[in-house]
Amino acid sequence: MRAFLNHFLFEFKTGIRNRQMLFMNYLFPLGVYLLLGFIFPQINPGFLDTLIPSMVMFAIIGTTLLGMPDPIVSARENGIYRSYKINGIPAASILAIPGLTTMLHLTVVTAIITFSAPFLFNAPLPVNWGVYVLVFLVMAFSSASLSLLIGVISPSTRMTILYSQLVFLPSMLLGGIMMPTSFLPETVARISLILPPTHAMNAFNALAMGQEALFNPWTGIVLLLLGGVIAAGLAVYLFNWDRHNTTQRGHPLLALLAMLPYVAGIFLMG
Amino acid sequence: MMNDAVIQVKDFRKTYGDVIAVDGISFEVRKGEIFGLLGPNGAGKTSTLESLEGLRAPNGGTLHVAGVDPLSEPRKLRHVIGVQLQTSGLPESITVDEAMRFFCAYHGVDPRTDLLDRLGLSEKRSAQYHQLSTGQKRRLSLALALAHDPEVLFLDEPTAGLDVATRVELHNMMREQREAGTTILLATHDMAEAEEMAGRIAILLHGKIVAMGTPMDITATGAGLTKVSVRTRDASLKAAGVSLPAVDHSSTSDEYQIYFSSDIGPTVAAIIDHIEEKQDTLIDLRVERPSLEDRFLEITTVGESQ
Repeated sequence: MRAFLNHFLFEFKTGIRNRQMLFMNYLFPLGVYLLLGFIFPQINPGFLDTLIPSMVMFAIIGTTLLGMPDPIVSARENGIYRSYKINGIPAASILAIPGLTTMLHLTVVTAIITFSAPFLFNAPLPVNWGVYVLVFLVMAFSSASLSLLIGVISPSTRMTILYSQLVFLPSMLLGGIMMPTSFLPETVARISLILPPTHAMNAFNALAMGQEALFNPWTGIVLLLLGGVIAAGLAVYLFNWDRHNTTQRGHPLLALLAMLPYVAGIFLMG
Repeated sequence: MMNDAVIQVKDFRKTYGDVIAVDGISFEVRKGEIFGLLGPNGAGKTSTLESLEGLRAPNGGTLHVAGVDPLSEPRKLRHVIGVQLQTSGLPESITVDEAMRFFCAYHGVDPRTDLLDRLGLSEKRSAQYHQLSTGQKRRLSLALALAHDPEVLFLDEPTAGLDVATRVELHNMMREQREAGTTILLATHDMAEAEEMAGRIAILLHGKIVAMGTPMDITATGAGLTKVSVRTRDASLKAAGVSLPAVDHSSTSDEYQIYFSSDIGPTVAAIIDHIEEKQDTLIDLRVERPSLEDRFLEITTVGESQ
């Protein structure tokens, strides 16, 4: 336990001490929040109603998908995991601790967004705080797990960017963050169910913000949780200590199994 | 098989696809021994070390470190070995103090700040890893490797990039560890270091052990030409036509006449006779046995040409 706490503390400090991680954990999500908060309501006043969940969702996917995989690839490339292995640091800790510390940074950012938005932009607060926190935690866990999996299967930092963007960009455009999913054509809206943010935004809006649900939000929460658990399990299973290690426990394509719950969601809820 | 062997390598093979990195080598390292693993790049040193450290799976043969199979018993292995990696393998933003606490916590021991002091890192305890010099990074890596008092220590180029004082300090620490019963496997390119520190060495070439024994044994088995350097007041030895017994070849450097002799007794006696005969005066006479480096070059050059 002492080792786990020590590791956790060091990783958390790194998230603030390391300039790149500080940017991804705080400056990027909060900068975009301020920028969009000042601009978007002028263009689309309806955006204010979902400003808080939208910006929290942006913070979650930006910080996790764009911030988490690269350090994993770099650590593997630089032999850091080799030295961890020699010293008996388990793969589960190596993956779980960055996931947990990122969720802690996200909690701080979410609190800043949630409590500053009403003052800065006159945005409405959640009406159900319990579900708001629950959806945040489930989505943060799901997205962090998916990001860890991307980091684990990426052969290089260049591929990491590609894999991350494959999830991040469609999520931004179709996941209900920039515009409601109800604005999308029916087929596109159905396809968007393969993206975790679609389920989280629906749950945020319907259960926490008191708006209309486009599909069953509780099923969406369950799918997010399932997706997160599968992604985390696959990340530990496919984890490689170093790039020279040619013996892999499974093909990287196994990572696609993490999308199974969301694919099922298309048929269950589409 | 020796009873007190702490590291046992038997018929060890390691391949990468069609490339044979290590081709059935066997050796043992006794408790409290410093064993040098030498060889040019690509000879198989790193594959051997990393397999013993549990980082790679052998393709054949057996490995044991303090009675532990590195591949099947990784949890036991981590408690008995300490590894100083060539690349230290630490996150850029970790501080020296944090690194010590972090690794000691996973080994279940108290942080060894005394090692940081001993290795001249006391003033750098708050410095982040990326702020350390190459030498400081190596010293930190060594401190971390020693922190849990391992039974077996793997050192990969431990003194590369270190200043003279730190190198001496590190060698002293290695000797202390040896006295305390720690077994050390030392991979190095530094022949002087291997000759000074290692009780026995193995020279690897193309994945095979081409020489093994004490540094003295290995140097003695070569062509064995001893270098005799002579300087006299009147430089009478420089005169053409001076023929000396057992001399293979000779050369001149500055004021010195240099002879490479296969039998130094008759050669030196003939030099003294010649100087007396010519009524010259001897100023300096040096006899240098072939070094490990000479022997290493001889072995690897012959090996490469074959």
